[in-house]
Amino acid sequence: MRLDEAIRERSEGTAFVPYIMAGDGGLDNLIPTIERLEAMGATAIELGIPFSDPVADGPVIEAAGMRALAEGVTLAQVLDRLIEGTGRFSVPIVLMTYLNPVFRFGVQPFFERAAACGVSGVIIPDLPFEESLELFAETDRHGVAFIPLVTLTSSAQRVETILNQAEGFVYAVTLKGTTGKADVFPDELLGHLQALTARSPVPVLAGFGVHLAEQVRVLGEACDGVVVGSFIVEALHEGRDEEVAALIRAAKTVDTKR
Amino acid sequence: MYSQPVNGKFGPYGGKYIPETLMQAVEELEVAYEEAKQDPAFHEQFEELLSEYVGRETPLYYAENMSRRLGTNVYLKREDLNHTGAHKINNTIGQALLAKRMGKQKIVAETGAGQHGVATATVCALLNLECTIFMGEVDVERQQLNVFRMELLGATVVPVKSGSRTLKDAVNEALRYWVKHVDDTHYVMGSVLGPHPFPAMVRDFQSVIGMETRRQMLDKTGRLPDAVIACVGGGSNAMGMFYPFLNDETVALYGVEAAGSGIDTPEHAATLTKGEVGVLHGSLMYVLQDAAGQIQEAHSISAGLDYPGVGPEHSFLKDIERVRYAAVTDDEALAACMSLSRNEGIIPALESSHALAYAETLAETMTEDEILVICLSGRGDKDVHTIRERVTG
Repeated sequence: MRLDEAIRERSEGTAFVPYIMAGDGGLDNLIPTIERLEAMGATAIELGIPFSDPVADGPVIEAAGMRALAEGVTLAQVLDRLIEGTGRFSVPIVLMTYLNPVFRFGVQPFFERAAACGVSGVIIPDLPFEESLELFAETDRHGVAFIPLVTLTSSAQRVETILNQAEGFVYAVTLKGTTGKADVFPDELLGHLQALTARSPVPVLAGFGVHLAEQVRVLGEACDGVVVGSFIVEALHEGRDEEVAALIRAAKTVDTKR
Repeated sequence: MYSQPVNGKFGPYGGKYIPETLMQAVEELEVAYEEAKQDPAFHEQFEELLSEYVGRETPLYYAENMSRRLGTNVYLKREDLNHTGAHKINNTIGQALLAKRMGKQKIVAETGAGQHGVATATVCALLNLECTIFMGEVDVERQQLNVFRMELLGATVVPVKSGSRTLKDAVNEALRYWVKHVDDTHYVMGSVLGPHPFPAMVRDFQSVIGMETRRQMLDKTGRLPDAVIACVGGGSNAMGMFYPFLNDETVALYGVEAAGSGIDTPEHAATLTKGEVGVLHGSLMYVLQDAAGQIQEAHSISAGLDYPGVGPEHSFLKDIERVRYAAVTDDEALAACMSLSRNEGIIPALESSHALAYAETLAETMTEDEILVICLSGRGDKDVHTIRERVTG
């Protein structure tokens, strides 16, 4: 099933996409963690690839990336593990990677390999839409969706262009800032999410800063769901799985009216 | 033969590989800079400050003792005589004026050794802008005097504890800060790095170095130099020096990177010599990286060259072979630093000492009628502690 369909055809509540850092706690943990999150009801899983210079991320995800790098984790190894895990889970996988590891792997080989591993989509936070057009001009992405980010600072004209060509889902960044745990979101956020959702051909998921059930409810009502990163990474690292399960349960009870 | 960037790219290099949150700010900057470039009042303001505040033009000094020793004519472009002691201030003045023009009252910048931080803090004090400087914790420790200088000038210095805790991580943290404060803050990038338009803009502000040199050389000798040498970390003094000479085909241009302990050791910063094409801090360029695309740490005795990337325009000039790039070790740079101090009475920055060291090699191929220009990008006062530690062991 295509990623956008998987998100739209969820059985209940609002979509919930947990982010995990591949290789945090060792690569042997990867498939079991995906299985656990799937059992908890995750709609899709965003799988972070560690990078030495994660400028879009806050301290929690950066630290998780450093732990993974200290284990020697590479993009190629993560893809190998996904192939080995084929058949053990059916939740869609979205890779979140900075551009350089992809560039080094080779853009075309990366998409071939990612598709072969069953990866549904890819988020590249330092590859804006315009650069992606040029970089992917000669690339066959083998059905792997390139998921665009839209922020509160994106101009109306750029949002229009980005939405017109969006695949998988639109990642609506909730903050002017990096990933982390936020207590308050900008006033204009809900209106922004509603406008995006009304206009977007694919689902809109809100991410950055989300960590409370109440935030999941408010944001989940305004768009198609949420992406939760730092909170999940921290909770899994510290063995607080029950808190992750509770947040996912909260998403299931959101009244989406759509 | 040589042209301006097309769509923000020098050949394949450069671009805007940045988080979406920054796209609006970077595009605004691009528009504002294009407008400023066309505005005579902006140029007048910039040139007035360079002349009255920075003390330009800087001399193109005939180094007689060095010329005799090397058997060719050596001229030093004395950027070390600028206010704050290096070329960095040419760029910070240009960008701070631009920030004011854009109505941004706050400035953020990164710094390695502290030279760009001091130059930024200086201009912010002058133009009444709020200034935040990110500096790796390791650099804060080894450059405490520069930290104090920045604070004395009214800047807030934030030690960066992430990653390798040096320049590369200071850039990461400054970018993150910019993402959070993008509405009222301008990022004063310190070198010809980062997303377009920074590499071209910083080059333009620094090209006063090469324009003066070209004119001074014609005034003094009636001809152009045969060779020009500049050190390359990110590459701003070199780009500023080279740019006005790019179409002068008789002028050979040499960029000198830091070979640290040696280019065949893991401890170097010779990005063009040993690196491979990749993306870092908004730009496609040569970077030091491992097989999986992780950026590696650079090493050099000179903190200003201690960066694992190099400007996109340099990356392009290397590929088209308009500029030749070489690398010089810590020991060679140190020897050149001591030699200039003893023989010419000028203590050069360790960065600039890399260019001086390469002159020793290049001069062997030059005749006594030929002319060599070396960009003396900064003074060495900031380095005397490092030099003393190395010399006395």
